Amino acid sequence: MLPWLTDHPGNPSGGHAAARAARRAIDDARDYVATLVGCEPGEVVFTSGGTEADNLAVDGVVRATSGLPVCSAAEHPAVLAPVNDAGGIVIPTNVGGCIDLEALAVVLDSVDDVCIVSTMAVNNETGVVTDLEAVADVIAQYAPQALLHSDAVQAAAWMDLPKSAHRAELVSVTGHKFGGPKGAGALIVRAGVSLDPVIRGGGQERERRSGTQNVPAIVGLGEAARLVVLEREAMIQRVGALRDRLEEGLLAKIVGVNRTIPNGFARTPGVSHVCFEGIESEELLFLLEREGIAASSASSCASGAQEPSHVLAAMGIDRVTASGSLRLSLGHASSDTDVDHALVAIPPAVEHLRDHARSVQSQ
Amino acid sequence: MTSNTRAPVMVAMSGGVDSSVAAALLRDDGYEVVGVTLRLWGGESDTGCCAVSDVDDARRVADSLGIEHHVFNLGDDFERDVVAPYVADHAMGRTPNPCVECNRHLKFHRLRNRAAALGYDRIATGHHARIVERPDGTRRIARALDTAKDQSYVLHMLDQVQMAGLLLPIGDLTKDEVRRHAAAIGLRTANKPDSQDVCFITRARGREDFLGQRMALTPGRVVDASGVEVGTVDAVELVTIGQRRGLALAGGAAPRYAVDVDMPTATVTVGSAGDLLTDETLVDGCTWTGTSTSFPPVNLSVQTSAHGAAEPATLVGELNQLTVQWAQPHRRVAPGQSVVFYEADEVVGGATAC
Repeated sequence: MLPWLTDHPGNPSGGHAAARAARRAIDDARDYVATLVGCEPGEVVFTSGGTEADNLAVDGVVRATSGLPVCSAAEHPAVLAPVNDAGGIVIPTNVGGCIDLEALAVVLDSVDDVCIVSTMAVNNETGVVTDLEAVADVIAQYAPQALLHSDAVQAAAWMDLPKSAHRAELVSVTGHKFGGPKGAGALIVRAGVSLDPVIRGGGQERERRSGTQNVPAIVGLGEAARLVVLEREAMIQRVGALRDRLEEGLLAKIVGVNRTIPNGFARTPGVSHVCFEGIESEELLFLLEREGIAASSASSCASGAQEPSHVLAAMGIDRVTASGSLRLSLGHASSDTDVDHALVAIPPAVEHLRDHARSVQSQ
Repeated sequence: MTSNTRAPVMVAMSGGVDSSVAAALLRDDGYEVVGVTLRLWGGESDTGCCAVSDVDDARRVADSLGIEHHVFNLGDDFERDVVAPYVADHAMGRTPNPCVECNRHLKFHRLRNRAAALGYDRIATGHHARIVERPDGTRRIARALDTAKDQSYVLHMLDQVQMAGLLLPIGDLTKDEVRRHAAAIGLRTANKPDSQDVCFITRARGREDFLGQRMALTPGRVVDASGVEVGTVDAVELVTIGQRRGLALAGGAAPRYAVDVDMPTATVTVGSAGDLLTDETLVDGCTWTGTSTSFPPVNLSVQTSAHGAAEPATLVGELNQLTVQWAQPHRRVAPGQSVVFYEADEVVGGATAC
């Protein structure tokens, strides 16, 4: 990325040599992202990240077709907000947090102008994997005119998207979820999809997303895409083993802790999501930060506060249980030492908070 | 003050100048300070959704002081313990004081318990009030040095345990001194205006709009003492005893005030300033600081609004259901308002007007 911040100032839309160098750099990145997702390079629309890609998918298709958007209740707000703003329909999830296929079938069968169904490949909070093939089958049967969009932001690091997302006409990815920089992502818009631009202007990105491209960030996105394809299999093995050891360790050392995703649902290796009974995760996060463990419970709002999880609510998990949830993320930098540390630090912190809660109750 | 070195204290930082300076003073005194901002209201506010710019101010002040800062989301508690009762009180025609309830339930109960769970036996706030220790070792909330900014009224519910675990670092400073100190150490909140009014009600939309979205508002008649209709109101639930404006009265006559609100018949009775006076006020929900040696306390003065004056009175009745007998006729107190008992400048207890 660095040379594109310092030595090569060219604007990829220009005609001179420096511009052509920048153009080549983002076209190389386009090739790498196309390989990552399994599409043609010309189907890659660079955006500022996953949120813009999701907004563009929903708003772009709604504007082009005047149809109704549909999504699952566990979608990222970047999908839920444009769907709600367009008067769309939110489909409940099953207990695993994946879109309920029967409910989807009923809606698609009874509403005839659905233009897009958006459901994420991997949930950003829980890591649960949605079977996009099964979703595509329901769409094909009940609403063949509707497009399938999948927010694959969390999936890109862990899933073979050319296989798992090949039936999605629109796919969102973002670089910083697989080792790239923040501020560059892409929406894959497969050939033949009608999509109106949201950001209009100079007509960059084949008229689908105007604005001068963020060349250094896109170069970083491309390089990350290139590497993740090469390294994914090994990462899945290594991180999956770490995650399983972490989770089994927590379950063995602490009573009253449960995996949030029920058995029988596929999950990616990068996240361990558990619910502790009798504590509030905001307090646990505070103590864990002191121990050098950066974790999360749901997602943060603009103020930095933890928000009650709409994903856990969609799964039917009550608010009190959800307030004891903890999300531990693992990635390429995670090590056995990290897992050892977490297994030493978390159990006493949970016990301490439970003891305190009991002493307050007995007062 | 070496005795404080590393003693941990959690400072509730609202993003205003008072709590900013409170945190700074504690840090300079050698405490191990962590700043916490409570995210209480998730809806619209005068400073953006979740009061996000106030949280940003608190975070940036903490950064500049070199102290840790956290945000705790107590939105569910705030809704349950402050907002819902506020609406329910209005529905009964009462005039609640949500800031008192927020102190009672959120800051000095929920936050205090959380602080203790996290290893902080003491919390601090930027309230303008003092804690005085008495010869017998008990404590009382006392008026701030800056009497114009005194907030002892909204802290009246604190008990001995709560006061023992509370620091009020700016109670001995005037507001000017607080602002000067903030400016001297370069805090961005030095000139930030004081917060006003109820944090979950925006100036742009107002109380009627807020309540109208959460409850049915009842149009009512306005009558004079003889029962003759003299005007109307859009919502009897919003009329406060003593209110003069918004009663849709024809002009010209002497000022008239709401002296009674009868909810079942949706009738507001108006009268003169003299009609507003009463000899006694019934209160319930009493709290005591646990320091008075005699009951009822003697040489009392009683304050019935945040910035009103305390007036001499005596208390008669049972411990929890009391009558305030005013030494001089006193304006009627709107039901729901906090009624705070002082001995000189010190709080001995409080209650709620019936």
